[in-house]
Amino acid sequence: MDSSCLLASLHGSDTLLFADMQHRDPMLQKRDEFEDMLEERRNSSDLRYALRCYTPVLYKGVTPCTAGALKNMVLQSAQIHFVIGQVSNETGRAVDDVQEEASAILEEMAHSLQLSTVRFFAFTLSKVFKTLFRSICVNEEGIQRLQQAIQEHPVVLLPSHRSYMDFLLMSYILYTYDLALPVIAAGMDFMGMKFVGEMLRMSGAFFIRRSFGGDKLYWAVFSEYVKTMLKNGFAPVEFFLEGTRSRTSKSLTPKLGLLNIAMDPFLKGEVFDVHLVPVSISYERILEEALYARELLGVPKPKESTSGLFKARKVLSEDYGSIHVYFGQPVSVRRLSQGKVDRGQFNLTPRHIPKRPSEEIHSFVNDSAYGLVRAQEENMVLKPWVLLASLLLQNHHGDQASGRARGMALDELTEQAVWLRDLSRQYGAFLHWPDHVPPPEVVSSSLSLHRGLVTITEGRLLRQAVTVLSCVSYRNQALHVFLRPALLASAVHAASSSSGKRKTDIFNSFSFLRNMFSNEFILCPGATVQDFEEACFLLVKTGALQVSQQEVVVTERGHRTLAFLTSVLDPFLQGYQVRVRSRLRYTEVLSSDLQKNALAALLRLGAVRKIKGYVGFDHPRVPGEFDKAYEWG
Amino acid sequence: MSCLNFNVSHVLSQLNLCQYLPFHRQEIMKWNGWGYSDSRFLFNKKGQAEFTGKRYKLSGMIIPGLKEWFEGTFGANLQHKSPPILNSSAVRPPTLNEAFVEELKSTGVPFSHDAEDRVFRAYGHCVHEIFALREGRIGRVPDLVVWPNCHNDVVKIVELACKHNVCLIPYGGGTSVSSALECPSEETRSIVSLDTSQMNRILWIDEKNLTAHVEAGIVGQDLERLLNESGYCTGHEPDSMEFSSLGGWVATRASGMKKNIYGNIEDLVVHIKMVTPRGVIEKSCQGPRMSTGPDVHHFILGSEGTLGVVTEVTMKIRPMPEYQKYGSVVFPNFEQGVACLREVAKQVTPDFYLIFSSGHALKPQVSSIFTSFLDGLKKIYITKFKGFDPNRLCVATLLFEGNREKVLQHEKQVYDIAAKFGGLAAGEDNGQRGYMLTFVIAYLRDLGMDYYVMGESFETSVPWDRVLDICQNVKARIVHECKERGVQFTPLSTCRVTQTYDAGACVYFYFGFNYRGLSDPVHVYEQVEHAAREEILANGGSLSHHHGVGKLRKEWMSETVSNVGIGMLKSVKDYVDPNNIFGNRNLF
Repeated sequence: MDSSCLLASLHGSDTLLFADMQHRDPMLQKRDEFEDMLEERRNSSDLRYALRCYTPVLYKGVTPCTAGALKNMVLQSAQIHFVIGQVSNETGRAVDDVQEEASAILEEMAHSLQLSTVRFFAFTLSKVFKTLFRSICVNEEGIQRLQQAIQEHPVVLLPSHRSYMDFLLMSYILYTYDLALPVIAAGMDFMGMKFVGEMLRMSGAFFIRRSFGGDKLYWAVFSEYVKTMLKNGFAPVEFFLEGTRSRTSKSLTPKLGLLNIAMDPFLKGEVFDVHLVPVSISYERILEEALYARELLGVPKPKESTSGLFKARKVLSEDYGSIHVYFGQPVSVRRLSQGKVDRGQFNLTPRHIPKRPSEEIHSFVNDSAYGLVRAQEENMVLKPWVLLASLLLQNHHGDQASGRARGMALDELTEQAVWLRDLSRQYGAFLHWPDHVPPPEVVSSSLSLHRGLVTITEGRLLRQAVTVLSCVSYRNQALHVFLRPALLASAVHAASSSSGKRKTDIFNSFSFLRNMFSNEFILCPGATVQDFEEACFLLVKTGALQVSQQEVVVTERGHRTLAFLTSVLDPFLQGYQVRVRSRLRYTEVLSSDLQKNALAALLRLGAVRKIKGYVGFDHPRVPGEFDKAYEWG
Repeated sequence: MSCLNFNVSHVLSQLNLCQYLPFHRQEIMKWNGWGYSDSRFLFNKKGQAEFTGKRYKLSGMIIPGLKEWFEGTFGANLQHKSPPILNSSAVRPPTLNEAFVEELKSTGVPFSHDAEDRVFRAYGHCVHEIFALREGRIGRVPDLVVWPNCHNDVVKIVELACKHNVCLIPYGGGTSVSSALECPSEETRSIVSLDTSQMNRILWIDEKNLTAHVEAGIVGQDLERLLNESGYCTGHEPDSMEFSSLGGWVATRASGMKKNIYGNIEDLVVHIKMVTPRGVIEKSCQGPRMSTGPDVHHFILGSEGTLGVVTEVTMKIRPMPEYQKYGSVVFPNFEQGVACLREVAKQVTPDFYLIFSSGHALKPQVSSIFTSFLDGLKKIYITKFKGFDPNRLCVATLLFEGNREKVLQHEKQVYDIAAKFGGLAAGEDNGQRGYMLTFVIAYLRDLGMDYYVMGESFETSVPWDRVLDICQNVKARIVHECKERGVQFTPLSTCRVTQTYDAGACVYFYFGFNYRGLSDPVHVYEQVEHAAREEILANGGSLSHHHGVGKLRKEWMSETVSNVGIGMLKSVKDYVDPNNIFGNRNLF
């Protein structure tokens, strides 16, 4: 943990393993150039584009398999046979009966990908995208890497999930670049929209129930279905690691079920490797912007319905800026698992008998999932607006605290934005700031795209809260950039003495904060030391801190950075305090997402306990300590 | 009865006049390559591949496709030669234990500390061993070679070795591919190579019980030939049978290609005699099976020279087969071929042997235009009419042995099953060719090494449901590792199923690559083989089906047999050989 080991662990090699990624200087990270794929759509016929010859190359040149043949393969697999026998034995039902159930489950689940539907979407989406977005930018090198990967290995696509749009967008891109169309795991709620549900099914979606806890048969059919598609290389399998759309633009802690299934064919030696491709989709303006904010404030999420979709047409008249889709480096599961998983553990039982994943595999999948979400985060494109939102919010909080309401002068905002631009670049943010344009123009054009949010007028709390939460969601896009330094800054801030602070104390605070926020942010379990080193490295690099063997000292010029960083975490800290006491300073604390995470964290830390649906304090010490350490004047 | 036995063995010893392997093997065999000195592949002045000598069916023939295959597969070039450096003078002088040598002299057992004799016995046939020899790099070699003539000679030698604390390394055919013969570099004592080649007699044949009692130094081809003269065979035919010895088979748990009919070595032995530092171990009777606690034979089988020297073995014999028939089947792809073999293993009583390969066959030039025309037609038929992809098709070669009627019946049964898996009968010639190739294939590696191509084969055994996956993954791993290590040309990475069992199969992998431009090709080779073995283990394959562990694979022994298993083996070693006289350090 001393600085010499910190420096020793820095290297710039371009490797696929994200374990290494956390050690090197984020500024050295190389990223591909973007191309706007809408440009061609604006200049040539959409109809011809939708009807053009489409001949993607598949894994090892396999021929695609019809949806019907695929279902047969699944139902005839050894695993399904085994589980059907098992269920029949346990329940006393006839084998035929169980068999039929399995077949019905598969019927409900399976996709029925049809090229004609895809062409229909290609045509209509071209029209829709052109009206909604200024550009859809894709890193073509990433596409080439993906193409290579699809031919060599079964591929899993792991896009970030911020909008309903994500999965149509993904298929649209792959179609455009003549890549194999993915099959996509979608939640059953889509099936509520009958017509649309079937359309999605025909464009490659397959549907899984949100919960099927103890249903062995369902799990078996589901996992065998995914594995059959994956290991035969019929199509890339796509799913969302985060499980659901993030309403806050903050990455959600990953769900492991599907990743487990996707890794299984490799771990059991059925394929040589599986490649996981994290895809970062960044929206300059999210279609569901206001919807999310309301949802977070407790207005129930509208049920997915076809008529609802039509009502949402009004969104079509607005300008949503641009989308950036970044296809990350394919991650080889083989390399990832090297030295972490003993594949020999599957040698002693037939592989078709389902088994709970071992502790070793569970933690491997978990670590990988966190790593992959971080890989998504790292390639999220941040627009200048994201920085502006962060600054405006901090200012807004200040205003609220002092009872003033004057907003911020434009030149002051610009100055701060430029400062923050440089800082975030130092921290490795993938910032798209047009350097050739004078900063004031950048700022004003960003503000104008989001005029719905920044012309704040005094109003009722709810209306204001919606606006604030929308801004928060933009600020959140940059959280991953500042998260680790901010945790360190807060830890430094909390340390009592003002001049020199003992490194061990700071590490302990850091560790406490990190642990507390592990439901809130993407913080890989067990990587506390690594994160601490990373944070130290960044703050030392930017001259904000001096770290010696024993002590941490804040430099003269470091105060501004530290103040900014502590403010980044401040609303979250307060949010967690609100759970403990009740006081309200930040409007965003009203977010149900934050409250849910805070409650989960308090439960985990043993501060509270669930009793018959009520929650009560278990241990008075933790809240006390909490106050003492993290109270600000 | 014993009288009768005596008579038979008497007759045999009359026949057994010539010495099959001379004391100085280097006189007829290569010391830095495979097999007989007079037999080798070479590219003649016209650039055609040719096999020299007179010993094999292929000898003296031109092999037309070999050059193209060789150049195409490895990117090798006949202009780029890498001939061996002939230099056996770099051998360090022997460290002799004078007292031991003095007493040995008085026993009259022949011995030598000539450099060539010692170097010859310092290596097996792993690629790194041969490569080092070709480069003239010679490491630690035995200090002395002794040639016991019978069991009692061995007893005397072992006693002397114990008395004078000398390290003994038994040496049979020298065909090891597990670094088993390498002298441990940390060994400071005088190392004595105990060459069993002179213990090569069949001591008796018992026709009532169909057994033969044989000295363990006899090599496979001599054993088979001698038995054939009396109308018998053992049916144990490992690919190395020209040179490998009975004692070596026992010490490594060998397997032969006809094992489906006759069984592996552990099924074939009835009685074993071994000399250890504690004395001689053997059973008291020749009962065909016993329930007398753990079978002590199994301490000996696979002991790889760590416990003692096998001196005499009683083996089962069978009358020579009345009828033999070769055959072959072409499958559209490897997957269907394997599925067929699995089915055959399920349905057919094992009365035939088969090896199974995907890929290329060496084919000698046939003079008759008519035959090649027919071959052409056959090829067109298979690829055009049957739609077989020539790059994916694979061939199974078959050999049926036994009573004529039964052979024909089994043949039909096998072909019927094959047809269900899309297999087409491809004639006896192909089958016979496959069989013939098993003996010359080992010579090919030396040809490769003349042109910067390094190759090796290794094997495993694996349950049926894993066969295809392990083949796919290990082959891919080899290609992947080569790429990672800067090998310029895509390596040859292929496999075949060579044995079938009720519960699984034996799979062979062939790996070869062009090493031009690599500074340390052997190191690259070793890393790739190591990775391939890890892949095998991760995919449910065994550490070895019949090559053994030696020193090459011993790092994986404890995960293979568990720590308790290693403890059991070690405690046997500690009891039998507390001073590590048999100090080759194989197994663990």
